[in-house]
Amino acid sequence: MLARTVTHALVGLEARRVEVEAHLQRGVPGFAIVGLADRACQEAKERVRSGIASAELEWPVRRITVNLAPAGLRKEGSGFDLPIALSILAASGQLPRERLADHAAVGELALDGRLRPVGGVLALAEAARQAGLPRILCAARSAPEAALAGIDPVPVRHLAEAAAYLRGEGEPEPYVERNGHPPEPPSLDLADVRGQERARRALEIAAAGGHNLLLAGPPGTGKTMLARRLPGILPSLTPAEALEVTRIHSVAGLLAADRPLVTSRPLRSPHYSSSVAAIVGGGSGPKPGEVSLAHRGVLVLDEFAEFQRSALEALRQPLEDGVVSIARAGGRAIFPARFQLVAAMNLCPCGARGDPAAECSCSPQRLASFRDKLSRALLDRFDLVVAMPRPRAAELAAAAAEPSEPVRGRVAAARERIEAGRPKWSKEATELLDRAVERLPLSGRGRARARRVAETIAALAAEPGVGAEHLAEALAYRSPTELGTA
Amino acid sequence: MTELALAAFAAERDVHVIRAPHGRVFAMFARRFDEAGYLARLQRGGVRWLARSDDDFPPLLRAIHDPPAGLFVRGAAEVELLRRPAVAVVGARSCSPYGAQVARMLGRELAAAGLVVVSGLARGVDGEAHRGALESGGPTVAVLGCGIDRDYPAAHGELASRIRATGLAVSEYAPGVEPAPWRFPARNRIIAGLSAATVVVEARERSGALITVDLALEEGREVFAVPGEITSALSRGANDLLRLGATPLTSSDDVLELFGLEQAPAEAVELGPAADAVLARLRDAPASADELARATGLDAGALASALTELELAGIAVASGGVYRAG
Repeated sequence: MLARTVTHALVGLEARRVEVEAHLQRGVPGFAIVGLADRACQEAKERVRSGIASAELEWPVRRITVNLAPAGLRKEGSGFDLPIALSILAASGQLPRERLADHAAVGELALDGRLRPVGGVLALAEAARQAGLPRILCAARSAPEAALAGIDPVPVRHLAEAAAYLRGEGEPEPYVERNGHPPEPPSLDLADVRGQERARRALEIAAAGGHNLLLAGPPGTGKTMLARRLPGILPSLTPAEALEVTRIHSVAGLLAADRPLVTSRPLRSPHYSSSVAAIVGGGSGPKPGEVSLAHRGVLVLDEFAEFQRSALEALRQPLEDGVVSIARAGGRAIFPARFQLVAAMNLCPCGARGDPAAECSCSPQRLASFRDKLSRALLDRFDLVVAMPRPRAAELAAAAAEPSEPVRGRVAAARERIEAGRPKWSKEATELLDRAVERLPLSGRGRARARRVAETIAALAAEPGVGAEHLAEALAYRSPTELGTA
Repeated sequence: MTELALAAFAAERDVHVIRAPHGRVFAMFARRFDEAGYLARLQRGGVRWLARSDDDFPPLLRAIHDPPAGLFVRGAAEVELLRRPAVAVVGARSCSPYGAQVARMLGRELAAAGLVVVSGLARGVDGEAHRGALESGGPTVAVLGCGIDRDYPAAHGELASRIRATGLAVSEYAPGVEPAPWRFPARNRIIAGLSAATVVVEARERSGALITVDLALEEGREVFAVPGEITSALSRGANDLLRLGATPLTSSDDVLELFGLEQAPAEAVELGPAADAVLARLRDAPASADELARATGLDAGALASALTELELAGIAVASGGVYRAG
């Protein structure tokens, strides 16, 4: 009396095939789940028992053993409820076993037998399709997400419905692709930001070249406002990118049911008290952190200097490699983390620096420890650094500024030019770079950064080559000495 | 020669002495003191000893009423450097961007004209004055308030080694002496003593820099004060000095005149029209990039490019997003 259902377990973003075997034998009635199931998974016993009873199916009075194979892989979460229930029902002859063979299944059971959605369905459905399974049984709310994987979802509202379907007694209400997604909420517009022309320009360059940007200045100068408007001027996600982003958000359980596909670039702004694990990901069954949730989008770190030093240093790997790899006893999870970083900070702990109306009251020691926190290596990751002094009243009263729409157009055009190939450097620009290295405190990395930014500026200007004026502008966004230890 | 014994004694006992004390304690110390061995150890550490009675000892410093027993000297330059005409540039540790800019400019221009810039290696004005002098390639002298083998503050370790590469670090304290608050006023008398003139850049009402000034005045040396904003507590000390009759310093020429020197002719820089327009506006008052954009009608990109041109030519500096002509 053995039956088998196929499902998948997540290791990071990767779904591994798991076979749920149920075996019934004579003996003292009992129910055991084996195969490295975690707590939530062990508790499936109670949910499955109640679910089967609520679906007016028969709970077999036998000695029931459920094995989750391969036994060496840790299984976490409640998504195994449905496959366990189906295996038991098939083993006790209440469902045709052969029908189960060409279905994957995933979902959490409620005590009344209804099916609840779980996270990561997109990744699971993709794995099922790759394994050659034509259909996946899942909660009705997960069906749109599963459909993205190109597999045929069977949306199930209740365990009884699943049983009826598998017996061939009736198809559940088919999943109808809606006529497009409901429109996304409009992103924040640059027209709301008055003044700060230099910072706006730097934001545009950052968007065009995918550069990381650091905004430094006293509180209330619009640093956060600008940072949050970066996704609005980035080109929209390609379909492949959208799927990548959706997979990560699905695993984190962040998808809205009515909008299964993430189509706009994510914007994440974790609070400065966030732990290292919250930022880069972690946990015993690794979960994606903020850097991965910001994949293909923007990570805004407000009050940058207030973050734990360890959290800031942990950013260095994803900034460099575009991935986070988290090693655990059970294996290694790799999360993509190709995000654009926009950080905002004050110029000193009290925040008065750069504000003509206030006097900085920081002691030299306090200032030194504030600067020490931002290691050279970390500051070197920012291609553009803009000091934003407090604007005068006249600037705030200025006419409304340029909205995001035309900026997005320029950014998209510049990105196309950048993809077409690297520009040539004029003789004047090369000479200027040598002179700048001599005159300014410019490290080797700083030099490379200035080169990259200058190429982006040339692309924005629609020039075929990099001229001295492009490099000169790029040098104006280098990290100021007051942020360094110089 | 007991001066070295005196300096070693002061270091061992953690006291400040400039004349051999009477009494048995010092007499015994002096008898047992192994001068040749001590000098050899100093030499291994790259430190020279310049006793007060040496012919090379700077006469200006010998002339003050409490000259040190001698100076420990570290650096690549000859001790003759200490006898050259020198100007002390001193001021607040937590200086404003304006103070930092003036200190650097003075350091640069005074050193370029051939004067030795003397300061105390502290944060703020002192450090900027040293950096300015180094920028122009001129020698500079750092007077320490701790043992000659120490770099204090630690954040200025790299600056100290750059100073020693072309100039000198000096201290009346033997290797191993820890910095202590009371040593810094004593250090200030050496700064004032080495220099024919002292310039105060920015000082609060009760600042160590004012101690240096008092000492300079006592010895009849010239004192200059850089005028500051009357609303800022950071310029209270300097402005008070002006009210009391210190010479206002409005450009480095004021100091150079005292020595009969002239400013080294500046390299003629050719600026683009945009940079010229920005510079004209910056000469009126410091301004942020956005204010400059509005005043000159340049867009943010062209303006950034013009500002870099000015920065590279050394005629504008940025701090906290505000640019100043310098």
